[in-house]
Amino acid sequence: MQETVWVEEVSFLDRVPRSVSMTFVFAVFVGLWQLSTSLGLVSPIILPTPGETFKDLVFVGKNLLSGDYMLLALWITVKEVIYGFALAIFIGFSLGVLVGETAFGERAIMPYLVAIDTMPKVAFAPLFVAWLGFGIESKVALAAFIATFPIVVGTAAGLHAADENARMLFKTMGASRMQTLIKMKLPMGLPQMFTGLKIGAVGVMAGAITGEFLGGGKGFGELIRVAASQLNTPRVFSLILYLSLFGLALYALVTWTQRRVVFWHKASVGGSDD
Amino acid sequence: MPLSAAAADSSAVNSAPVYELTNVGKTYARNLVIALEGVSVTLHRGSFSSVIGSSGCGKSTLLKIMAGLIPPSTGRVVLQDQPVTGPRRDIGMMFQQATLFPWRTTVENIVLPIEIRDGRAAAVKAKDRAHELLDVVGLKGFEDVYPNELSGGMAQRAAICRMLITKPAVLLLDEPFSALDELSRDMMNMELQRICAEQHATAFLVTHSIAEAVILSDHIYVMKPRPGRLAEVVTVDLPRPRTLDMITTPKFGSLVDYIRGLLDKGEAL
Repeated sequence: MQETVWVEEVSFLDRVPRSVSMTFVFAVFVGLWQLSTSLGLVSPIILPTPGETFKDLVFVGKNLLSGDYMLLALWITVKEVIYGFALAIFIGFSLGVLVGETAFGERAIMPYLVAIDTMPKVAFAPLFVAWLGFGIESKVALAAFIATFPIVVGTAAGLHAADENARMLFKTMGASRMQTLIKMKLPMGLPQMFTGLKIGAVGVMAGAITGEFLGGGKGFGELIRVAASQLNTPRVFSLILYLSLFGLALYALVTWTQRRVVFWHKASVGGSDD
Repeated sequence: MPLSAAAADSSAVNSAPVYELTNVGKTYARNLVIALEGVSVTLHRGSFSSVIGSSGCGKSTLLKIMAGLIPPSTGRVVLQDQPVTGPRRDIGMMFQQATLFPWRTTVENIVLPIEIRDGRAAAVKAKDRAHELLDVVGLKGFEDVYPNELSGGMAQRAAICRMLITKPAVLLLDEPFSALDELSRDMMNMELQRICAEQHATAFLVTHSIAEAVILSDHIYVMKPRPGRLAEVVTVDLPRPRTLDMITTPKFGSLVDYIRGLLDKGEAL
């Protein structure tokens, strides 16, 4: 008898390795960019050539590496982001436990949190400047303000993740409320908490930069604002690129921690969402 | 058929009652639903009893009362001469889901009840006993494996160990193997019988399966719904140890038929 061997068809695009397809997309993007500038479709003030942008990237990179004024500006922004994120984690986690664990928190506090969360939080920036001045405090406050809510929601949702069986089991073991929280609900909710942290990590960057745009100071956002006002578009591009490298690093740090801490959760380790 | 719950049981173990429920009732006053009415249950040391009935007959309510999870509205609930007024360490319980926590290894899951009641140091000491229990249920070598790597049947074996670690006086089993496929389920039932015999355990099983109740039990509490109450207590005098072959015997068949008759009558009411 003949063997029933046949080949399942996989389209060419699906067989290409990821690195190749990513490089391909990048090349097409740069090619189109180069084309539109060299054909004069867009004014060089609006869109610099890829070459100019690359030159500026190197310049900014050298400046950063030599510890010049750009590094100092970046350091200010990094500090704002780190303080803001730490503050958001502390407040977000505390509020999240209050809202997720107590009936009072869920009934009396959650509605207000939802109400504030739906507001455009950037609009509070002038208030923070008025309250805390032009220093890094107002930027830290805005960054933390934006990042807190996803962490609250993630923590509260995580605490609700425990199923009825697990609750009943802990009850039959005579566990106290604190034991149930620490040994069961919190670990079980870690995947949701990390989702909140990742959204928060993105928000905290946006908050710090917006704070600098609106409240001045000496951070990286200020460099971007000044470059833009001088119509130095290549500089704006390269500053944004370095800034997003930092944002990516922060996000990667959260993901790395998640893999370490929530090693038992498939979606957390498999990286389907990162 | 013998009817008395207090009938001398066939397991020939001494007949001291471990757990006694007398005339227990449960009313949910808010919506005036009578979940349970006048239920009396006596569990003798080393005996295996089951409760069977259609959904809504109050068997889960009964089990929750026996576990000390909810208070009864009327009646007496006495375990080892002490009234049950809350969860107790001499009550072991097992559910349909194994509910092992994925961030703990198998052995860490098993000593969890000790950790909750006596703290971490006691839990570390209890690991030796956990290893012995894993050996008893045939999970030797899986001590340090995380539950994700266990099959459904293996997870329930680990759950049995977790239930036994505190040396409870009574085991309350809430459809423990109903989430498993039928082949594993039969096998686990036989394992359960062996483990209960080895540990001289007093067990009380909630089940939907008549065959499962008959093959495992000395006494079967048949319940009927609205309001949940006992229809009859059926004594199973099949010899022990029971084997799966007994399912085909005429005696087994007539017991199953008899209980099905009782349940149908309950439905008709």
